[in-house]
Amino acid sequence: MSFTETCQRIVRDHHLSAAQKSHALALAAENALPYPELPPAVAEARVQGFLCDMFEGHAPYKPRYVLPDYEKFLSQGSAWLELAPPKDFDEALDALRILYHHVPSVTGMPVWLGRLDHLLLPFVRDLDDETLHRKLKGFWIYLDRVLPDAFMHVNIGPDDNRLCRLILRIDGELKQVAPNLTLFHNPAQTPDSLLMLAVQNIASCSKPHIANYPIHSNTFDQRGFGIVSCYNALPQAGGANTLVRISLKRVAEQAQGIDDFLGCLLPHYCRLASQLIEARAAFLHQESGFFDSFLVKEGLLDEDRFVPMFGIYGMAEAVNILMDKENLPDRYGHDEEANQLGYRISAQLSRHVTETSQVHAWGGRALLHSQGGLSVDRGVTPGVRIPYGQEPDPASHVLALAPHHGFYHSGISEILTLDPTIRQNPQALLQLCKGALAIGMREFTANVADSDLVRVTGYMIRKSDVARFATEGSRLQTTCLGAEASELTGIRQRAPRVVGREATLCDY
Amino acid sequence: MTTEYGSRAGAAARTATVSRWLPFSCVDGPGNRLVLFLQGCNFRCPGCHNPHTIGMCDHCGDCVPACPSGALTLVEGRVRWQAALCTDCDRCIDDCPRQASPKTSQMSVAEVLALLRRYGPLLTGITVSGGEATTQLPFVIALFTAIKAAPDLAHLSCLLDSNGSLAATGWQRLLPVLDGAMLDLKGWRDSVHHTLTGHGRERVLASLQLLASHGKLAELRLLHVPGRSDFLDADGKLEAGLASFLQSLGPVPIRLNGFRHHGVRGVATSWQEADREALTRLAAALSARGLGPVSLPAIC
Repeated sequence: MSFTETCQRIVRDHHLSAAQKSHALALAAENALPYPELPPAVAEARVQGFLCDMFEGHAPYKPRYVLPDYEKFLSQGSAWLELAPPKDFDEALDALRILYHHVPSVTGMPVWLGRLDHLLLPFVRDLDDETLHRKLKGFWIYLDRVLPDAFMHVNIGPDDNRLCRLILRIDGELKQVAPNLTLFHNPAQTPDSLLMLAVQNIASCSKPHIANYPIHSNTFDQRGFGIVSCYNALPQAGGANTLVRISLKRVAEQAQGIDDFLGCLLPHYCRLASQLIEARAAFLHQESGFFDSFLVKEGLLDEDRFVPMFGIYGMAEAVNILMDKENLPDRYGHDEEANQLGYRISAQLSRHVTETSQVHAWGGRALLHSQGGLSVDRGVTPGVRIPYGQEPDPASHVLALAPHHGFYHSGISEILTLDPTIRQNPQALLQLCKGALAIGMREFTANVADSDLVRVTGYMIRKSDVARFATEGSRLQTTCLGAEASELTGIRQRAPRVVGREATLCDY
Repeated sequence: MTTEYGSRAGAAARTATVSRWLPFSCVDGPGNRLVLFLQGCNFRCPGCHNPHTIGMCDHCGDCVPACPSGALTLVEGRVRWQAALCTDCDRCIDDCPRQASPKTSQMSVAEVLALLRRYGPLLTGITVSGGEATTQLPFVIALFTAIKAAPDLAHLSCLLDSNGSLAATGWQRLLPVLDGAMLDLKGWRDSVHHTLTGHGRERVLASLQLLASHGKLAELRLLHVPGRSDFLDADGKLEAGLASFLQSLGPVPIRLNGFRHHGVRGVATSWQEADREALTRLAAALSARGLGPVSLPAIC
C-alpha cells in the first residue's frame, strides 16, 4: 500500500477517534522515511521476520519507554512548565496531571506514572483517609479517561502505607483498564495483610501485578527503577531507548537441530539483533534531538540512564520445534528435558547480551527481555511463556518457568490462569504468589478464569466427564463463552476510548 | 527411631494405593494444598461424584478387553495399566463390577515427601482425601509423622478429608500428627444417613464430637440432596436435634455442598440437582442458630 493509500485508510477509519488518527497518521509519515542505515544482513533478517523492531517506526525520535524522576519534579517544580513546587496534596496531583502530558513514549502517552504512594506521601499531612480517597479516586478516573492507555503503569509499595492501601482500594472499586498497577513486594517490608489486599484485587480484577522488589533492586542502582507498560523493568530517570526482539521460533525453524541452533544460528541472529538495536539507538541519541528536551535539562531524565531492551519471543515453539527435530518427545512447560533446553537457551541469550557492549546503554549493555507479545503475533507464544491452553497446573507452571527469571533483567512475565474457586480461598493465591517470588520469579501475574468446569470440594473431575459435559452441557459452554464474549465486548466497547496503544501501532 | 510402624526407613517405604494426586488445589482446605486421593471407600453413597474411587481392584481382568487403546494388560494375574497409552476414555470403569479403577498407582511415603519438597515453597500443606483416606490409615499416619519430623516440611499443615467412619481408636493414633480433619455429614436421621451413604450415622457423629473436642475439626460439610436431605424441618428451620448437636461441637466452619450429577453413576443420576437457592436457605437456617461460618460452593 502506498503512503497516500495508508493515510486515506486511516482518515476514513470509523473505529478510530480523531486523536488516534493523528497518532496513526504520524506513524505512517514516520514510516515513509527511510529506515536508519542497516548492514544488509540485519535488514534482511528484519524483512524475513527473524528480528522485529516492534513497529516502533522508522525514525525513532522518542524513546520507547520514559521514566522521569517525578520526585525531583515535585520537589523543584519546572521552569519550562512555569510551575512552582507543589505545596499540598491537590497541587501535587495537579502538577503530575500536567507533567504526564509532556512525557512521551512509543505510544505517545506516558507508560510510567511513578511510584505514586511514595511521591504523594510527603503531601498527605493531616488529610484523613476519606478525603484522600475522594481526591485519589478523582485522579484515578482522570487518568483512565484522559490518558486511556492500558500500558500506562503505576507502581506502589513495597512498604505498607496509607496511600498504597487507598490506591488498592480505589483500583478494586473502579476496575478500570487504566492505569495498570504493580505492587512491589519485599518479604522484609510487605506485610501479608497488604499482600492479601492485592491478592483480593487480583481475584476481582486481575490487577495488580506483584513485582519482586529485592531482585529488581539488585539489578538496578541507587536511583531506582520502575515497572512500566507490560512488566518492563527499567532505570528511573531514564528508560528504554528501543526494544528489538528475536523470534526464537523463526530461528529454530531454520536450525538442523539443537547444536546448530545453539552453536550457529542463535549467536548469528543475536549479533544481528544487537546491530539493529545499535542503529536505532544511534538515531534517537545522535539525530533526533530528543535529549535537548526540558525533561533532560531539568534533570528529570538522564541520557545515560536509557538502555536498549533485547527481547525474545516464541521460546515455547522454538523448544518444541528443536525437540521434534531431534525426535525427542518432551514438550515445553511439561517435561524436564524440554524445560532444560529452554533454560540453556535463556542462559546463552543472557551471555550474549552481557558480553555485547552497546554505545547508548545504561551500564554499557542491553538488558534481556522476555517480550510479552504483539497483537499481530499468530501461532507464536509471548516471551518464554507456555502456550495458552497448554499450561500445567499453577504450581507446575511456576516451577517450570521460574528458572528463566534470573536471566531477564528488563522484565519477564507469566500469566497464571487460576480457577474461580480461588476466590473463596485467597490464602491460596497469597501462598502461590509468595512462593513464586521466593523461588526467584521477578514478577507474579494471575488471572482468574471465568471458565465453568472446575473442581469443587470432593469432586475429582475426570476428562471423560468433562467431555460428556461438553456434549450435553451446551448451556454451560454458552455460559462460559458468554462470559468471555461479554468480557471481550467490554473491551471492544471501550476500544475507541481506552486501548493498549502499543497494540494499535502495528495495525497500519 | 522406631515406632509402632517399625523403623523410619520402614515407614518411608510404606505405600498406599493412590487414585490420583494433584500438586495444587485451592478447594481442599485453606491455602494451596497438594492432594492425595487414596483409592477405596467403605461407604456406598449412591450420589458419589467419584464412584471409580470406591472399589479396590481385585485383578479379575474384566476391564482388559474393554480397553480400546491397549493400555490394560493382564500380567501374571495382575491388571497392568500403562499411563502413556491411556486416553482416559474410562471404558474400564464402566465395565468394572467393583466400582474400582485399574488406573491407580502405588506411592510410598518417600515418594510423597519428594513431591512435597518439589512443590514446597508454593504449598500451604497437604490434604489426604479419597476414596476414604482412613481405609489406609497406617500410610496416613506414617506420612504425617514423616512430614512433622522433617525440618524442611514441618511448616506444611496435614489435613484429612474423611467420611468420619473411623473408630475412636483409629483417631487416637492419628491425632498426634493431624492438624485438622474435614468431615462430611450427609444426612441427619439414621435412616436418611443410611439411604445416602449405605451406613448408619453413629460413627460419624462420634468422630465429629471427638475431633471437635480436640480442636481438630477443621470443617464440617453438609451435603444437600433435594427431596432427600433432612437438615431442615417442615417449617424450613434447622432440625432441632441437628441444631443442638452442631451447637455441642462448638464453633466449626461449615461448608455446604449441593448434589450434582457430575461424575455420578447409577440410580442417583435421576436425583434432582441442588440449586443455589436451596443452599442459601440452608445457610440462612444454620446462621439463624448461630452456627458457622457457613460457606457455599464457589460454583453451583
